[in-house]
Formats: sequence, structure tokens, C-alpha cells
Amino acid sequence: MSKDKKEIEVQDLNLFYDDFHALKNINFHAKKNTVTAFIGPSGCGKSTLLRTFNRMNDLIDDVRMTGKVLVEGEDIYKKGIIVDDLRKKVGMVFQKPNPFPKSIFENVAYGLRVNGINDKDKIEHTVVNSLKQAALWDEVKDKLKQSAMALSGGQQQRLCIARTLAIKPSIILMDEPASALDPISTGKIEELIYELKNDYTIVIVTHNMQQAGRVSDYTAFFYLGELIEWDETKKIFTNPANERTQNYITGRFG
Amino acid sequence: MTHLDTELQQLRASLNDMWGLTISQLHRAQKAFENNDKELAREVIANEKRLDAFELKICMDCENIMALFNPVANDLRFVLSVLRINYSLERIGDYARGIAKLVIKAEQEFSKVCTERIQFDRMFTLATNMVMATGEAFEDEKNHSVRAIFHEDNELDKINKKSVDVIAELIKEYPEQTINLLNLLLAIKKLERIGDLSKDIAEEIVFYREAVVLRHKKKKEKEKLTNNS
Repeated sequence: MSKDKKEIEVQDLNLFYDDFHALKNINFHAKKNTVTAFIGPSGCGKSTLLRTFNRMNDLIDDVRMTGKVLVEGEDIYKKGIIVDDLRKKVGMVFQKPNPFPKSIFENVAYGLRVNGINDKDKIEHTVVNSLKQAALWDEVKDKLKQSAMALSGGQQQRLCIARTLAIKPSIILMDEPASALDPISTGKIEELIYELKNDYTIVIVTHNMQQAGRVSDYTAFFYLGELIEWDETKKIFTNPANERTQNYITGRFG
Repeated sequence: MTHLDTELQQLRASLNDMWGLTISQLHRAQKAFENNDKELAREVIANEKRLDAFELKICMDCENIMALFNPVANDLRFVLSVLRINYSLERIGDYARGIAKLVIKAEQEFSKVCTERIQFDRMFTLATNMVMATGEAFEDEKNHSVRAIFHEDNELDKINKKSVDVIAELIKEYPEQTINLLNLLLAIKKLERIGDLSKDIAEEIVFYREAVVLRHKKKKEKEKLTNNS
């Protein structure tokens, strides 16, 4: 499959929360096996846009949208789309780790079981592989039956990533995945993102400029619902084209 | 003003001070050469330690800013430019000291006829002016004289290219000045290097202001790329 293939494509997207115009005429795409960072001040629309990629905004009342969002070339808002299938394809990791009050093993196996997979060997194989991919296996292999709630914050977040990977998505959305973690755990998550890029397309929302610089290939800067600038991360952090981008990343905003 | 702005302003002030000292070193070295003033030449050599101290301080300040503030975009380009300009100024200071050493070493005065024929004073003034012009361009964001600096370097190169032939002729005419003339050739090479370093500094100013890399570019290409500087 071509590396230049657009895994996510947004065309002329406008989104309203009731009367509030949260996203204004957004055009964007994320290529396969790349990491894109969304940056911008709070309330600029970056998380809102992220949530349109797996229709998480469906859960909010009074949301109105115009324009298109395509995942793997398919309009995900057209009639007949099965949202559960979409969310299998587009996994999501949230700001606060949210493991289920179950064992480590069952947390990762959960997605498989609810999708009707009961083959014991297949489940075990997937759990082990997902934990390995999430760089957590060595730390939990001897305590798979223990409660996930006993893990540290960083381990819980990697467990949530393993849980996402077990469903075999092609896209992973991360909404500030390391903002509640200490620097060591943050470093592990960042290393993990770098590794996962080989197999997945990742879009990450972050308030940490250095993190955006370290983990992403592309960076998109949002302000007041507009996509101000979107380019290679190297370009954004060395010579941004737009003055507002420069003011934001250098901490001189407003 | 942010904390980073304050740090960057202090860094700029330190580099401006270093620039001032470098220019003063060049003026003194030129005067020492013109008047065969060995005392003044010794002062130049002694002052070199101050330039070294500046270099170390600015280097450390840049390191601290990078480690503590993680500058990006124009801030990052500024710090990188300061780091490289700092190095160039220190090298220019070394050359001024080298010329001062030649004054101390000289057993007889440099013949005015010879220095005039080689255009040594003209070369010295050109080189010093280039260092001054880069300093002014760095200090004043609205100063667009970088292109002129490249032009002056061309002129310096022309004098330098002729220098070996002119000195060979002079040695034949004034054999008693042979040692002085050979030392003069060494001084000319140092001035030519000062011109090159000034040009490097001018390139850094363009890089900082416009994010355009001029290093290793041909002259015509450089002129095209420096329209705004």
C-alpha cells in the first residue's frame, strides 16, 4: 500500500456546537504511517477535530457538521456507516488512563471478547502481542491476573494503548496521552509512538511543544477553530510561515 | 516581555559588547602596525584574553538557553546564529592578535612605500569596516546592509589575490625588507580571513532574519537570496 495514501482526509469541514462555530472550513489529511501533532491554545478546536475522525462527537447533543471526513477514502458520515466498525479501525487513547476495573489480561482481551472472539489461543496471542507492542510486557508478564488499577499511571496509559492495539486499528488518535504522566512515563509513551508509526497512522493532540517536535512528522496549528498552518514538523519549529504560529510556539501568544 | 525575551536580550547585549571589543582590537592592531607601536601591539595581545572570556560566556549562555528554554523558530535561529557569530568574532580577535605579534617581532619599521603598493592600509580598513558593518546590521533589525558586506569581501579578495606577485616584486626592489615583506604577506592572509569570517557572520544574520541558508552558495545565488537583507 502506498505510503502517500491519505488515511484521513478532511474536506471543507465546519462544526458547530449549537451556535458556536468550533471548526471553520478545515481541510487536512494524514498520510499512512505518519504522526501528526495538533497544537494550539485550549478551545481552538484541535480535540474537536480529532473526535470527528471516529465520530466521538456523535455522543454530544446539538453538534452540527458540514463538509466531509474520509477514513481510508470512505466518507465516515455517510448513511450506512456502522460506527462500531469505524471505531475498531480508528482507536483512541485519552488524556487520563482509563483502564477497566479488571485484570491486566482482561483489559486487553476485552475488545476481542465484545467483538465475539472466543478462541482462547487467539485471545492469548493477541494480548501478549499487544502488551509487547505497547512496551508493557516485560513489566506485567508475571502479573497478568492482577488488577489493572494497581498499575502506575504510565503503565495504565500503556495498557490502554495495548487495549487499543488489540482491536487492530489502522489509525490511533491520542488526546494528550502523556499530559498526566511523569517524565519517565512520558518518555516511554513517546518512544512507543515512534515505534507504532511503523504500523499505524497516528494523530496526537498535545499542549507540549517539545513533545510535538519529538514525536511528530507533521504539525498542525489551530486557533479559534481555524487551521492556521500545517506543515512538516521540522518546518513549523524552525521557520513557520505564519506569524501566529511563530508567536504560539515561541510562547509569545496573545 | 517573557523570561526568554529577557535572556535573549542579554545574550544580544553580550554579543554586541564582544563585537565592540573585536572592532577596537582591529583598530589598535592597525594603529600599532602603522606606527610600529610595540606597546599598543602588546595591549592587543593582552586584550585577547577578554575576547576569549566573552566567547566562553556567550557559549555557556547559549547552552543554558537551549537547555532551559528549548527555543524554536526565530528564537532558535537567533541562538544558533549567536553561537556561530561568537566563534567567528573570537577567530577575528585571534587574527588581530596575530598581526599585533608581527609588529612586536619586526626588527625594523614596515616601509610605507611597500605597504602602500600592497594597499595594506586599504585592506585593513576594508576588513575592519566589514566587521563594523556586520555589527551594525546585527544590532539594528532595520539595517539592510548585508549585501554590501559581500561586495566588500570581493574587493578584499582582489587585493589578496595580487598580493603574492606584488610582494615578489617588492622583495626584488627592496631586498633589505624581505623579512618584513614576508611578514606583511602573513598579515594580508589574516586580513583576508577576517573578511571571510565577516562574510560568514553576514550569512548568519541572513539566516537568523530570513531562515535562508547562504553557506556554500555561489556569489550570484547569494545576491539573489539576500534581497531583503
